[in-house]
Amino acid sequence: MFLITCPYCGPRDEHEFSYGHEAHIARPTLEQQNAMSDAEWADYLFMRKNPKGVHFERWVHTRGCRRWFNVARHTVTHEILKVYKMGEPAPSLGTEKNP
Amino acid sequence: MTDGAGYRIGGGGRIDRSHAVTFTFDGKSYSGFAGDTLASALLANGVRLVGRSFKYHRPRGILTAGAEEPNALIQLGIGARTEPNTRATQIELFDGLTAESQNRWPSLNFDVGAANSAISRFIPAGFYYKTFMWPAKGWMFYEKFIREAAGLGKGPTEPDPDRYDKLYGHCDVLVIGAGPAGIATALAAGRVGARVMLVDEQQEIGGALLSETTARVDGMSAAEWLTCAAQEFAKLPEVRILTRTTAFAYYDHNSMSLVERVTDHLGPVADKPRQRLWRVRAKRIVLATGAIERPLVYCDNDRPGCMTASAVRTYLNRYAVATGRRVVLMTNDDSAYRTALDLVNAGVTVPAVVDLRISPEGEPVQAARGKGIEILAGHAIVKVHGDAGVKEVEVARMTDDGKGITGPTRRISCDCVASAGGWQPTVHLHSQTRSKVKWDEALQAFVPGDTIPGQNNVSIGAAHGVFALADCLREGHEAGAAAAREAFGDGDAGASPSADAGPKEGPLRPLWIVPGEKPVGRGGKHFVDYQNDVTAADVMLAHRENYRSVEHLKRYTTMGMATDQGKTSNVNALAIMAGLRNVDIPSVGITTYRPPYTPVTFGVFAGRDKGDFLDPIRKTAMHQWHEDHGAKFETVGQWYRPWYYPKAGESMHDAVNREVKAVRTGVGIVDASTLGKIDVQGEDAAWFLNMVYTNAWSKLEPGRCRYGFMCGEDGMVFDDGVTSRLDDDHFHMTTTTGGAARVMSWLEEWHQCEWPDKKVYFNSVTEQWAVMAIGGPLARKLLGELTSDIALDDQSFPHLSFREGTVAGVPARVFRITFTGDLSYEINVAPSYGLHVWRAVMQAGEKYGITPYGTEALHVLRAEKGFVIVGQDTDGTITPQDLGMDWIVAKSKPDFIGRRSMLRSDTKRPDRKHLVGLLTEDPKFVLPDGVQIVEHLKEKPPMTMLGHVTSSYWSPNLDRSIAMGLVKNGRNRMGQTLYACWEDKRIPMKVTEPKFFDPEGARVNG
Repeated sequence: MFLITCPYCGPRDEHEFSYGHEAHIARPTLEQQNAMSDAEWADYLFMRKNPKGVHFERWVHTRGCRRWFNVARHTVTHEILKVYKMGEPAPSLGTEKNP
Repeated sequence: MTDGAGYRIGGGGRIDRSHAVTFTFDGKSYSGFAGDTLASALLANGVRLVGRSFKYHRPRGILTAGAEEPNALIQLGIGARTEPNTRATQIELFDGLTAESQNRWPSLNFDVGAANSAISRFIPAGFYYKTFMWPAKGWMFYEKFIREAAGLGKGPTEPDPDRYDKLYGHCDVLVIGAGPAGIATALAAGRVGARVMLVDEQQEIGGALLSETTARVDGMSAAEWLTCAAQEFAKLPEVRILTRTTAFAYYDHNSMSLVERVTDHLGPVADKPRQRLWRVRAKRIVLATGAIERPLVYCDNDRPGCMTASAVRTYLNRYAVATGRRVVLMTNDDSAYRTALDLVNAGVTVPAVVDLRISPEGEPVQAARGKGIEILAGHAIVKVHGDAGVKEVEVARMTDDGKGITGPTRRISCDCVASAGGWQPTVHLHSQTRSKVKWDEALQAFVPGDTIPGQNNVSIGAAHGVFALADCLREGHEAGAAAAREAFGDGDAGASPSADAGPKEGPLRPLWIVPGEKPVGRGGKHFVDYQNDVTAADVMLAHRENYRSVEHLKRYTTMGMATDQGKTSNVNALAIMAGLRNVDIPSVGITTYRPPYTPVTFGVFAGRDKGDFLDPIRKTAMHQWHEDHGAKFETVGQWYRPWYYPKAGESMHDAVNREVKAVRTGVGIVDASTLGKIDVQGEDAAWFLNMVYTNAWSKLEPGRCRYGFMCGEDGMVFDDGVTSRLDDDHFHMTTTTGGAARVMSWLEEWHQCEWPDKKVYFNSVTEQWAVMAIGGPLARKLLGELTSDIALDDQSFPHLSFREGTVAGVPARVFRITFTGDLSYEINVAPSYGLHVWRAVMQAGEKYGITPYGTEALHVLRAEKGFVIVGQDTDGTITPQDLGMDWIVAKSKPDFIGRRSMLRSDTKRPDRKHLVGLLTEDPKFVLPDGVQIVEHLKEKPPMTMLGHVTSSYWSPNLDRSIAMGLVKNGRNRMGQTLYACWEDKRIPMKVTEPKFFDPEGARVNG
């Protein structure tokens, strides 16, 4: 069970949280949507990274403050390298690997 | 030395001789002492045969004295409390304990299955894979017999009568293992002031010290020092000692699962939980889990009476039990000499120590020589005689390479063989975290490698290959002080406990197969894995057949796969394979250690989360009325909803028909409180609804309601409901009963993650309102009698609008919306008024024959109208257009979730699956839900499936069956005949519009 430090509540057990999905996928604007091919749209909709290494993902403190936030987690060791609020940019950790 | 017929030593040990205990094994009564394990008590009574092996049904005795025991697996207790595969070596004796041996029939001494042993050369490793796979179908037939013949104990067939609890624990320092290293750790950390948990699987702290008679710590005997330590712990309020507690799983971020056996050692008692599951999060974990001695792999090493040398020593020193009257030892290291010396000192005859090393010269060896013990260096035990128990061994000199024997054999009479094959640190918990292990050449064992990031632990003492008592104490003290400093703060850790440096030991000789008279596999068996009956010959066979990696070896031979998970066998098997492959041992690899360390009973995982406590039960404010009036309930998620209200003598069919008719002809009432309700406020609320619903909301006037679909970004329908505008920036949203929580999270996620600047707030108000819908031609008349401040004429209160006022004397919101197609009002009141209003409606409605109806009638009513249920008529692959509800998707508004996906070529296809009506040719026939639909019938499957039936009911208003289904290209098949197919049924039906009753929708006005 992970120990996740909610940016609003502090360290809590994993069972209080729900995993969302990969972070930092911005929804295309209307103009972008209309300019996108079906394949490009499908890429936004369905394709997600699955790196062996650092993964930026979002979680929600479901059984707590119900706030969403971002987590940088190593997918091999499950080490949580950073927790940061929605809207903040992905940190540069120097350990990222390409998927 | 021993008394009469028994094997109990006259004095010493940690048993309480003033407290005799009676128990039964295989129906026979024995006695032991408090402090005994079942294993020590059986040995004290001279019982050596305790089970039959898994595959060959060979007679087996006790091999070890701990968690690693592969042989002495016991069926413990009777009836509902019976528990299979418990280790006799870990069962504390209590008065009335009932134990049975396993895997034997009809009795332990005469076992029919032992015939397998005679034909064992025909059932080698992989036998089942090779033999019973053709024809493939045959397995279903063979399996029954194979499972019957193999196997271990039997699970209970009655519900578990015991209680189990779960607890969370938090500490600065968690110490696993209360041997000398663990105790020194906990003392140091506890003195500093840190919150410490010290966990040990045994009934008392001490670990290896409990088996020591000569060691001295801080100038005291081991027993005296343990007493002092316990006294000091009692004065440290932040130190918690958990004995009888196994740390069985090491999960992420320093969380450890423990199982505490609270009352197992007392037998069945009612007032306490049997076991507790602890989930502990620790800042720092110290693994002081000790080491497990490997038995040697020699010919017929499974005869009852063949044991590990350390086990023999433990039984002697801790339980005052001699495991035999004449004990021969065989060893590849110096540790066995401690056993030899203790045996001789206790008066047990040690005819010889057979040492595999050519010239052992360590200090323990010299001490044994000084005691006059015969040491046969460079020799091996080549054969063990005695089917039901060791009677005699044959010993011979080995060739220098240790691969064969030379010269004549000599017979030595004995009744116990103690073998010592080196020590494997208990790296299980370390490895469970995916931290690596590394091979230590000097120890010939795997030791912990680096800890992976994200975990914070250290292995100390024997668990990382440091065995000398003085070193274990020093390491423990240092680890405890450091952990406390890191996790808690500075403080005085006091002085480290100390011990004299022990005797200087000589090196170990790795000899992974002890040669016999004949080549391995040609006479006698060299067992590697006792529990799964895997021999050295099986490993060799695996190698010949090219199953050479550790993972292949394991699966092919089943080595390491039993309840002991190969605690005594894994390294021996790997080493034998490495020898065959002529590579070093780490190259063969090591299998992954996974939780649990020892088996954990299911009950403790369930805890109290069973029966009524499994899941919360949600009841509406009117629940009691439903119960009082005979409602049958169905569960919708956690909610209990009235399903139908049968009157005396009515079948479900009768009741539902009556309820459905009442709504169409008079007035009915349904409890709709379970619908999800979300209060949406903020100046951007309308903007937000425009994004999450497919239709437009900006122009909805306050006081009006609108039905909407929510789609995923993939364009597929995921929830629906009516949302009402209470004010310019205030909406009351409803969702499906099952989708309430999902919709709430969905709104929050989009708001927080995508549009955080928008001013909108969501609150779940599902339980803030009790809701009842009254519907039918008489609904307006009835409501008129219950309210005086809400005008009900169509002009003042049109369809799809809401009014606030008073109903039955209490404040209410009334929504004129319908899920039945008839004139209908949903009355929302505070839940504390729910029952009052419901009763008032029932009372006023009596003269109109008001009929309470349940979810089944509701579903029939909506199906007559062709209204969909999301999740029943849709399945996550269906767009609003597929449902024929193009009108609900706004064409004019710029953007909403799912819009772009609806423009994809695939979602625009005209021949997708569409929701259509299906009318069986036989109007009396009601289709089952879910059956497949085909166009062209064939003699037998496979046939091309066009879709399936999603909703199907008997419609009493139409006096015929009705159904809806998702059918490929369905809307272009109107009037076509298709077939519902299942089993041998082929039911013809016509494709129609999914509107069966009141297609023009006139009835909403009553």
